Amino acid sequence: MSAQTAPLLEVDGLRVDFASRAGLVQAINEVSLVVHKGETLGLVGESGSGKSVSAQAVMGLISPPGAITGGDVRWCGTSLLGRKGERYARSVRGKNIAMIFQDPMTSLNPLMTVGDQIGEAMRYHLGFTHVQARRRAEELLGAVGLSAPARRLDQYPHELSGGMRQRVMIAMAISCEPELLIADEPTTALDVTIQAQILELLARLQKELGLAIILITHDLGVVAGICNRVAVMYAGRIVETGDVDTIFEDPGHPYTQGLLRSTPSLEGTEDTLMSIDGIPPRLIDPQPGCPFLPRCPIGVDACRQAPPAEAWKGSAVRCWKAGADAWSMGATRAQEAGL
Amino acid sequence: MGSFIVCRLWHGLLVVLGVSFTVFAVTRLFGDPVSLMLPLSASAEQRMAFAQEIGLDQPLFVQFIRFLGDLATFDFGESLWQRRPAIEVVFERLPLTLMLIGTGLGFAILLSIPLGMIAALRPGGFLDRFIVSAGLLGLSMPQFWVGLLLIVVFSVQLKLLPTSGMGTPLHLVLPALTLALTPLARLTMLVRSSMIDELNQHYVRTVRAKGLPFTRILRVHTLRNILISYMTLAGWELITTLAGYTVVVETVFAWPGLGLTAVQAIQRGDLFLMQAIVFVIALLIVLINIVLDIVFKMIDPRINLN
Ligand SMILES: Nc1ncnc2c1ncn2[C@@H]1O[C@H](COP(=O)(O)OP(=O)(O)OP(=O)(O)O)[C@@H](O)[C@H]1O
Ligand SMILES: [Mg+2]
Repeated sequence: MSAQTAPLLEVDGLRVDFASRAGLVQAINEVSLVVHKGETLGLVGESGSGKSVSAQAVMGLISPPGAITGGDVRWCGTSLLGRKGERYARSVRGKNIAMIFQDPMTSLNPLMTVGDQIGEAMRYHLGFTHVQARRRAEELLGAVGLSAPARRLDQYPHELSGGMRQRVMIAMAISCEPELLIADEPTTALDVTIQAQILELLARLQKELGLAIILITHDLGVVAGICNRVAVMYAGRIVETGDVDTIFEDPGHPYTQGLLRSTPSLEGTEDTLMSIDGIPPRLIDPQPGCPFLPRCPIGVDACRQAPPAEAWKGSAVRCWKAGADAWSMGATRAQEAGL
Repeated sequence: MGSFIVCRLWHGLLVVLGVSFTVFAVTRLFGDPVSLMLPLSASAEQRMAFAQEIGLDQPLFVQFIRFLGDLATFDFGESLWQRRPAIEVVFERLPLTLMLIGTGLGFAILLSIPLGMIAALRPGGFLDRFIVSAGLLGLSMPQFWVGLLLIVVFSVQLKLLPTSGMGTPLHLVLPALTLALTPLARLTMLVRSSMIDELNQHYVRTVRAKGLPFTRILRVHTLRNILISYMTLAGWELITTLAGYTVVVETVFAWPGLGLTAVQAIQRGDLFLMQAIVFVIALLIVLINIVLDIVFKMIDPRINLN
């Protein structure tokens, strides 16, 4: 998109570890991302690949036993980490960067009215009075499509449905007019018709407010529909990033190729679905080299060395054999072996 | 809210009726008040006269109705020991007990919240382990023993505080401290564990994502959410102290409150005084429960009206 302008958010070689009984879990490692003004970045990858941890690290939500152990997060060029960054981070989080979560049923304080919860960030970050915050909260509730917003202000979360609560979460998130919204599977807990409404709402707000969005999702259809760029995560690393069109057309990494093939067709022209055999590697004491190697049909000896992120057709791909057609070759090889 | 309060009061009234009936049954049906209150040497005529005087010659049903009528007007009869209306004795001693309990439990409440929260901030950390160990120690020491220990250390050896009785504020220190110890330990443990739970709730993540200072998150969000379970335990501590532990502590420190008076009334076979004490304490407990219910309802909108 707007590669010329300075990025809003830069995540640079970020690493997060969790201390556990079994050892140090390297939840994410060498994660680098860039988000520009107004763009939508999709973050995809299978369960446990570190999507939520990456987002939470940006929001400063990693707490013991977890810790950020490497890399940097910068907002408009200034670091949010470390002693110096902490102060700055507190003024940025909730104001310039906001986040909504997967489970709207439990993400609101059950003992506080909807109006107070929406007004809270405005009172803290923008210095609004109670009355101002309340008036603005009412407008916001209208803007996210809740009926009778004035009445909602004094309701408690348990009086609202899941879809309504997610709208409240969104109203809360955009209350300070952030430039970036991180949405961690915002529709997973909702039923299908509501899912579509919430995604539409996000798309509309993005257009109206010029919001940049990081959308974490399992749904590649959604990514194709509303994202400009996409980052694919595997075992705590980003294995491929690039423009959505390029990657869907020409996936460079064997994992991305497999992921796309295992998704029910987006255009309705796909032949057969496949699944990637095997399971993701352990995040404790990971093997050096490419984490996908054990499941990769075209892995070679060179893959025992960690591959660098290489430019391939406009995407950045962490694979020694970026662009090779992994799965048909793999299938052919398997056939040759008589499987 | 109004109908909620009326409903709770109605329930309370039923409980008080139940207590009245139990007191009546235990003293009139299963015991013999006359031989309890008169000396063994009393003659048969004296016994008859006394029975008539206090209405024991009437049918049980009539006795019970009268009994209820007396209760309604707080007329419990004359204390044999003090030779004045039993309720007067109760109202004279009750404030002393309430002062003792108020000081002790107030201290426990004031201290348990910060202590529990400090422990919960870093579970497994140095402060947490220290607080938990101290709490377990506090829980495992019986109150009479703690009382004696405190007397030995602070009164006998250090000569800082009086051993017993009342008069100056200093007299209040040791008994209140003794009374506070177990509730303090239990309440601190509760704050600690429910705070650890609460901080892992999803809504806390939402509030943190708003960029609010951590102290505000604790004060405004999590504290309110643990308040119901905290007040349930605090109410229970108040009730059990009122109905029991204060007897031990008042006896150890010769604190002339209701607990000590109860012991003395039993020793002297002062049935009417005993009845007055039991009834007033039962009434207080019912009231405490009603107040707690109303406060719970104000804290948590999810609590149903019925
Ligand atoms: N609190 C925690 N304690 C220990 N390990 C954790 C914790 N949170 C996350 N992890 C580790 O981090 C890894 C990545 O988790 P994360 O929640 O980011 O996955 P995800 O990609 O969001 O998956 P999903 O699609 O299921 O939401 C997990 O495999 C887990 O081992
Ligand atoms: Mg997740």
